[in-house]
Amino acid sequence: MSKNHEFYWRRLHSLLGVIPVGLFLVFHLSLNFTATGGEDTYNNSVGMMDLVPHWLLLIVEWIVIYIPILFHGLYGLYIAFTATPNVKRFGTFRNWMFVLQRFTGVFLVIFIAWHIFQTRIQKALGAEVEFDMMAEIVSNPAMLAFYIVGILSATFHLANGLWSFLVSWGITQSASAQKVATYVTMIFFVLLSIVGIAAILAFV
Amino acid sequence: MTTPVETGRTVKMEILRQDTEGGATRWEKFEVPYRPGMNVISALMAIQQNPVTSDGKNTSPVTWDMNCLEEVCGACSMVINGRPRQSCSTLIDQLEQPIRLEPMKTFPVVRDLQVDRSRMFNALKKVKAWVPIDGSYDLGEGPRMPERKRQWAYELSKCMTCGVCMEACPNVSEGASFIGPAPLSQVRLFNTHPTGAMNKDERLAEIMGDGGLANCGNSQNCVAACPKGIPLTTSIAALNRETTVQMFRNFFGSDHMVD
Repeated sequence: MSKNHEFYWRRLHSLLGVIPVGLFLVFHLSLNFTATGGEDTYNNSVGMMDLVPHWLLLIVEWIVIYIPILFHGLYGLYIAFTATPNVKRFGTFRNWMFVLQRFTGVFLVIFIAWHIFQTRIQKALGAEVEFDMMAEIVSNPAMLAFYIVGILSATFHLANGLWSFLVSWGITQSASAQKVATYVTMIFFVLLSIVGIAAILAFV
Repeated sequence: MTTPVETGRTVKMEILRQDTEGGATRWEKFEVPYRPGMNVISALMAIQQNPVTSDGKNTSPVTWDMNCLEEVCGACSMVINGRPRQSCSTLIDQLEQPIRLEPMKTFPVVRDLQVDRSRMFNALKKVKAWVPIDGSYDLGEGPRMPERKRQWAYELSKCMTCGVCMEACPNVSEGASFIGPAPLSQVRLFNTHPTGAMNKDERLAEIMGDGGLANCGNSQNCVAACPKGIPLTTSIAALNRETTVQMFRNFFGSDHMVD
């Protein structure tokens, strides 16, 4: 990191978490939610991706997903491991959220790496991304549990990250504004989690 | 000296001792005679008069910092039963025993409970936490400050650089470069002052550097721990907005330096 640019790196980290990574998560879980309509509905929705020319899809994937998520994940690891959690001494709600944000973040690096290996890399190696691929993965109960924890970590990390995004960019300033933002983002967490969990259970 | 009231009761204390900077630490137990209205400092003074541990071993008197004894100087902060606070205003009657005393380890420990808070004073210098009024001629009166703003700013000015918010913050440590909540709030105070605001951009530029404002992780421990009730997290969020605007100014170019 070049000298005196930390402020901009941290702001970029905050921004990328919402746009595009956060938006992508909402889109991704929504698309998966079509699985609740049955195997064919899901295969049709996923099949839409094939209508995009392969080279264009690759460019979009790298710019909108891989590069932002790699930066957000790796820089996030640096942020998480330079903190000294102290919830034992300060057991406040916000301090717990602080720790959970870092804990879910570190877990998500592992989960997403595994998830990409199991799906996108397999696709690159010739596998077909369709209903049966996911159904086979979650037929293993341990894998299903791993995915559920992964989805909940992601929805929490996004919802609580939105809360800190609002603070970090100076949108919510007063204690009362920040409290309202807590309620709104936690409702968002619950709703998005319902979408995500319903989607993964549709493959069981 | 007045004769101490004999109450027959004692106060049990456990103190984290450290003889040299960076040296080994050890816990020592003490039992001192109880007097009504005691604070942590008077208990420490009792140990100083008779530096013997509760198992009868002679030891060195405990070292700590103190000055005003009325919670305005910030020198006597230490971790008391897990919470950083001032030892002068912490009363023995309100504490669970044994009372555990530790130094604020987020700072370099000089000896026992005495820490070196230099990083806070250096941070205040860095962010120019003052109102520059010197000129080669009489600059005259500055702009007036609205009374309601003055009353509000007074709350921020209560900061005594005690270091409690720094100890409470999970992102402030000897290994991390984060400037910490107290100096940030001072940037807001001096940027609010009508004369101080004339150098607003210089202070913002300092906290937009390495280890600056963006290193805040929003755990909000600072505001929960501040003995003066300073709205530190509101100050940080307000500065976040200021720096967002400043960032766009810097990036897209502007000939407005101050406003």
